[in-house]
Amino acid sequence: MHELSIVMNIVEIANDEVLKHHAQKVEMIDLEIGELSGIDFDAFDFAWSAVVHATILQHAERKMHRVEGKSICGTCGHHFRLFQLYEPCPLCGEVFNDIISGQELKVKQMILS
Amino acid sequence: MCATCGCGTGTVHFERPDVSQLHLANQRQPVHEHFPKQKTIVEVERDILEKNNRLAERLKGFFEARNMFVLNLVSAPGSGKTTLLEKTLQALNGTVACAVIEGDQQTTNDADRIKKTNTPVVQINTGKGCHLDAEMIYNSLKILEPVNNSILFIENVGNLVCPAMFDLGENKRVIVISVTEGDDKPAKYPDMFQSADLCIINKTDLLPYVNFDMESCKVYARKVNPAIKFIELSATTGTGLTDWLTWLRSPANYHTTIQDNNTYLANRSSGNTVNMVTDNMHAIL
Ligand SMILES: Nc1nc2c(ncn2[C@@H]2O[C@H](COP(=O)(O)OP(=O)(O)OP(=O)(O)O)[C@@H](O)[C@H]2O)c(=O)[nH]1
Ligand SMILES: [Mg+2]
Ligand SMILES: [Zn+2]
Repeated sequence: MHELSIVMNIVEIANDEVLKHHAQKVEMIDLEIGELSGIDFDAFDFAWSAVVHATILQHAERKMHRVEGKSICGTCGHHFRLFQLYEPCPLCGEVFNDIISGQELKVKQMILS
Repeated sequence: MCATCGCGTGTVHFERPDVSQLHLANQRQPVHEHFPKQKTIVEVERDILEKNNRLAERLKGFFEARNMFVLNLVSAPGSGKTTLLEKTLQALNGTVACAVIEGDQQTTNDADRIKKTNTPVVQINTGKGCHLDAEMIYNSLKILEPVNNSILFIENVGNLVCPAMFDLGENKRVIVISVTEGDDKPAKYPDMFQSADLCIINKTDLLPYVNFDMESCKVYARKVNPAIKFIELSATTGTGLTDWLTWLRSPANYHTTIQDNNTYLANRSSGNTVNMVTDNMHAIL
């Protein structure tokens, strides 16, 4: 359940931003999480409910962008959707490819008041 | 920029039109609402793991400056990490300075086993935590005080999922699996295999008794990580241990900058002309 420490890190970032902007409250927090980032989304939801009560994020609306995995083939340049890390290129079978999205793990935006 | 709150640089306000109009009417000045219900949108754009990653970078610098070689050993519970460490430390027998950080949820059992080999060791108990992070390593190092030119073995908490995301500043990540775990392990835990440099396949003494296809295990692992290397061994019988010891001592594993510097120092003391990495550096030296 590394999702617990991920959520704790998010709380820490939220606290930090609230202090920085002299705000009182987090109205909304928008996360960007890639499907290949190693986060299990169910475990994440569970960790979220376990962690955020009694924190600055308790009453915040949580938005989440799930980012699809995408890759560019290192040999033929083909762009393809990646469902798992290091799937070979569907056209030429190349295994050395560039993952261009899907590994994001980010706090994108917050609305503070 | 708004004189009252300084907004307008990167932050945006929401307004309540009903109140703002009052506000406008009263003040003759096109200002926005400061009370009540002022909201600020902040474009945060921060990596959730930034704290760990930043600390891991600092640890890398520390390790590099001390010319240390640092390994992060990960595995499922019971694959034989501690046994391998015991055997390794006995075999090295003080020829290389070593230190160990042990990560377990509870008990100091593993550290006690390491201590018997006369190696400095720190036990981290993570409690409910299922992985080590850079901050734990940072705090352990203050107690451990590892010496220059040493090898630091970090035994992570037995878990093939959670430790994958947490950089400890290590030079190499070593994944240990045992033949009793099934040859499709790499397919089941791709994140960990993707981030590992070396895969040790342990408990080969048990191969006659289990259904484990060595080749298909490697095929699975290479699918996830084409660059991964393998060493097959039995920590208890010692078969294959020399391959591991050779890998441990292989100069390719050490910091290249340090090697460059050593070559430089050797050349300088012998009076040879020094050809350093860049002309710039050459000039300074
Ligand atoms: N047959 C056999 N047993 C082994 C071998 N290596 C380790 N074991 C046994 O496997 C069990 C677990 O070994 P440990 O070294 O404690 O494993 P670990 O990975 O440190 O375990 P955790 O720290 O709990 O995750 C012990 O009973 C060891 O004796 C091996 O090469 N062959
Ligand atoms: Mg152990
Ligand atoms: Zn291709």
